[in-house]
Amino acid sequence: MLRNKDLLGLREMTADEINLILDTAASMKEIIRRDIKKVPTLRGKSMVTLFYEPSTRTRTSFELAGKYLSADTTSIAVATSSVAKGESLIDTGRTIEAMGTDVIVIRHSAAGAPHLLARNVKSRVVNAGDGMHEHPTQGLLDMFTMREKKGDLANLKVAIIGDIMHSRVARSNIWGLIKFGAEIRIAGPSTLIPAEVEKMGVRVFNSVEEAVKGVDVINVLRVQKERQKKGLLPSMDEYARLYGLNKKRVALAKPDALIMHPGPMNRGIEIDAETYGMSQSVIDEQVTNGVAVRMAILYLLMGGRSNEAVN
Amino acid sequence: MKLLIRGGRLIDPANGIDGQYDVLVENGLISRVSERISDETAEVLDAEGKIVAPGLIDMHVHLRDPGLHHKETIETGTAAAAAGGFTAVACMPNTVPPVDNRAVVRYIIERARNAGIVKVYPIGNVTKGGEGGELTEIGELKEAGVVALSDDGNPVVNSEIMRRAMEYAKMFGLTIIDHCEDPYLKAGGVMNEGYMATLLGLRGIPDAAEEVMVARDIILAEMTGCPVHIAHVSTAGSVRMIREAKSRGVRITAEATPHHFTLTDKAVVGYDTATKVSPPLRSEKDREAVLEGLVDGTIDVIATDHAPHAREEKEVEYDYAPCGMVGLETAVPLVAEQLVNGNILSWSDAIRKMTVEPARILNLPLGTLGTGAHADIVIIDPEMEAVVDPDRFYSKGKNTPFKGWKLKGWPVCTIVDGRIVMKDKRVLAGR
Repeated sequence: MLRNKDLLGLREMTADEINLILDTAASMKEIIRRDIKKVPTLRGKSMVTLFYEPSTRTRTSFELAGKYLSADTTSIAVATSSVAKGESLIDTGRTIEAMGTDVIVIRHSAAGAPHLLARNVKSRVVNAGDGMHEHPTQGLLDMFTMREKKGDLANLKVAIIGDIMHSRVARSNIWGLIKFGAEIRIAGPSTLIPAEVEKMGVRVFNSVEEAVKGVDVINVLRVQKERQKKGLLPSMDEYARLYGLNKKRVALAKPDALIMHPGPMNRGIEIDAETYGMSQSVIDEQVTNGVAVRMAILYLLMGGRSNEAVN
Repeated sequence: MKLLIRGGRLIDPANGIDGQYDVLVENGLISRVSERISDETAEVLDAEGKIVAPGLIDMHVHLRDPGLHHKETIETGTAAAAAGGFTAVACMPNTVPPVDNRAVVRYIIERARNAGIVKVYPIGNVTKGGEGGELTEIGELKEAGVVALSDDGNPVVNSEIMRRAMEYAKMFGLTIIDHCEDPYLKAGGVMNEGYMATLLGLRGIPDAAEEVMVARDIILAEMTGCPVHIAHVSTAGSVRMIREAKSRGVRITAEATPHHFTLTDKAVVGYDTATKVSPPLRSEKDREAVLEGLVDGTIDVIATDHAPHAREEKEVEYDYAPCGMVGLETAVPLVAEQLVNGNILSWSDAIRKMTVEPARILNLPLGTLGTGAHADIVIIDPEMEAVVDPDRFYSKGKNTPFKGWKLKGWPVCTIVDGRIVMKDKRVLAGR
């Protein structure tokens, strides 16, 4: 059982809750592999995706997850520009709730927006990424992928490379993985390392070579060009040279180390094409696992307890 | 019209008094202070077990009037002041239009005379429109009645302009109050930079954003000889620099707010926008430094930075919410609880920072209960316990992070020019 009405972040979840989601996702993954990818589990339930930021994969992933479970799904795309003068988030949320929505999936550029929504609606709220705060379903799908490939999360050595400062993916990965006793190293230029991040229980490196030495997993983050304009990076070229993942750097990790990326990728910047194509790269599989994890979350939030969903 | 306040503990730091005294008020002035006064013609206020002090002065308040009446008005803001034990407030000029010309100064003074419940002293802009470019007509503003100059939330970034402003203001004996915050270092931040911002995924504001401007202001104050007052000091580094500057005789003074000496950035967890304030709530180390500054006199004044906002303005995403919290109606119990009950300051020292000191900085003939002084008085019940309930605030602003806090030590009576304007938490009709 999940303790809370909503799924807002991994920091406040217990290891048991995370395990429940990952176990349930394993059953869900089986459904995705079927020829007829549909079970009636959430028939008569409804889900709305409310995205205040552009997204392809996360939204599609949530929508397919809902559809595979027979929930009715619909999406609202809100132009970011209308936020300031338009309807407030609370009013939008109450309107969606009034239409009888069971689950609202929200993505927002402002950290804490899902919390504001959750406090003001009875519908269950799932955080699909809020500002630099958390992206819990991405964290869970990354953990699912690691667990599937490596068997156990305890004692895994995981390096997260790149723009840690602006990354909700990094934060959700860190909060989730430390609950299972994984060792987490983060690496990036000092301008992209958030203040006092070591208090989260991670080791900080400026050198990517040092960070990946002997690790089981390398999780590469997307770096955005706009960081250059803000004075955080001198150029994408220098970034690629200092932090881009390539075969030489991968070779410093364990031989079977996983290569992960939450997408969308800037090929040739944070990761080169050759590395993406390596056999240990699980980047495409992460996408499949994302659907499975989101199915599990929707199922558990709407009251499911066991593996009856797959039947 | 006589009023006899009997049996209270009189704390009047301006006259070095802390003891059992009766106070007789006649025609709006203090006519006698003595151990025992009998006057059968006077209305008697029993102050036994209570503190009787000069009316409190809040030198940093946003009344939002003119132009922002959905947030506050002179009427509601001064009612909140009276409810909180304040008999005088100085109001910041970031109104619409701003206080950068004589007409707006006159409006505020007139409006306060007609509808204000306590005394109101306008602060004028340093630059036209508060835009940091050209100087306001400071001579004219002074004539019209401003008591200090500030561009408050939108500080003068150009150091040359600030230098000239100080040189010019000095001629008129006006203090420049600066909200020290370098907008480039703030870089879109919404809370203190540190672990809590990292955890919450909110953009951080480094201590340096405040400190580089405090350092600049100290240097310019020293260079020009203009008195400079640093508003709402929030960081340990600012306290240290101001202490050092004072030790060299630089004409610099400083204030701290109840929220900065009570809360830290841990309060932001949960994204309650009532905690969003500028400068932001800082770390525990900064909070402790502010307390030390209050103790050793580096920080002269306790001021609230009362900043009311409408409910719908604050009920939004943390990033989008305006900065500020209301303070007038929670200042005394926070001072009582955090400073006095917390053994940081004596009642006398705390009251000094809310009476004599702001009066000195703003050159106001207030803050004393000496014979012949204006009978502006607050009576505080140090034993009274109550829960902070924003729904009962007189301010239009309900944006307080202290909602639901049980605090001990509340003002129970406020007297302005000999007239009772608040009694037992009820504000009586205007002047």
